[in-house]
Amino acid sequence: MTDEIADQALTVARPRRWGSVVVWTFVLGLLTLLGLGLVRSQQGPVGVGMQAPDFTLNTFSGEQIRLADQSGKVVLVNFWASWCKPCEQEAAALEQAYQLFKDRGVVFLGVDYVDTEPEARAYLARFGITYPNGPDLGTRISQAFRIRGVPETYVIDPQGELVSVKIGPYESLGEIVAAVTAGLGE
Amino acid sequence: MRILSVVLPLLGLLLFGAFLSVDIVQAQEPTPSDDQVNAIANGLYCPVCENIPLDVCPTQACEQWRAVIRQKLADGWSKEQIEQYFVSQYGDRVLASPPARGLNWLVYVLPPLAFLLGAFVLFRFFRSWRASSPAPATSPPAPIPNDDPYLARLEDEVKKRA
Repeated sequence: MTDEIADQALTVARPRRWGSVVVWTFVLGLLTLLGLGLVRSQQGPVGVGMQAPDFTLNTFSGEQIRLADQSGKVVLVNFWASWCKPCEQEAAALEQAYQLFKDRGVVFLGVDYVDTEPEARAYLARFGITYPNGPDLGTRISQAFRIRGVPETYVIDPQGELVSVKIGPYESLGEIVAAVTAGLGE
Repeated sequence: MRILSVVLPLLGLLLFGAFLSVDIVQAQEPTPSDDQVNAIANGLYCPVCENIPLDVCPTQACEQWRAVIRQKLADGWSKEQIEQYFVSQYGDRVLASPPARGLNWLVYVLPPLAFLLGAFVLFRFFRSWRASSPAPATSPPAPIPNDDPYLARLEDEVKKRA
């Protein structure tokens, strides 16, 4: 008799329990997703001392340059756009720095962020930029570096570690030289 | 000589009229028109200007994007081809309605699911609320006491007047 009553109680209680399990799983899953999204959105750009995220740049001249293949070299990655006025402040200085360092195993890469190709090419021609530049296809590179805007510049040492992060434009050629020199370990 | 005196002024008048005549020129709509460009731009968002549709975004980057749309339309591209071009260049996030793949499908599934869940919770709440509320009183109203002297006097008065 007692067992029958207990069985009846169990059969009545089971659907309610399953219902709450489903509801709570859903709510917790939703909260986890929201939390992960929040953490991701609050993360700043990759910082000094961190390993630089690998990427492949398809340049305007048709080359494919992979960061991992540049191991052993200092790499300067500059995010820019033709519509970005502050980028114009540093464009000529970056090219000057490239001319200073190109024979010392330093690689300069320009990543053109959310831009249109004709305007980007015109910008490169206007400032006489000769180092490799290419569009950030699918904004994958900028997402990997978690950039907040342009210009932003990252200097990576021969071991692939970030040694300098510049948010905003470089003020002078000297500032770029100092950042690259830090990458060279001098 | 008489003919010349008639024809020459006429020719002069004709030449004068030809100089004065002005072709009626209507303002040309740019091809493709702004409406055609904006119809596509409305479904796109530039990652630089978050939450502002491309058709109303005032930045230089967005102006450049609209110029690209105009050029592609002039080249005979369809809306889908243009959208696909922007996705390949800048990623899925430029679309106002992201494609239902990867984690994106949550955008389409979660709101109706949350609505159904809310409706279910409300239903359960109201059902338990109704079950726990006290049953309405069904007993007949209490009889009027007949030992009230005021009522007795009132009834007497009514009987007298009837």
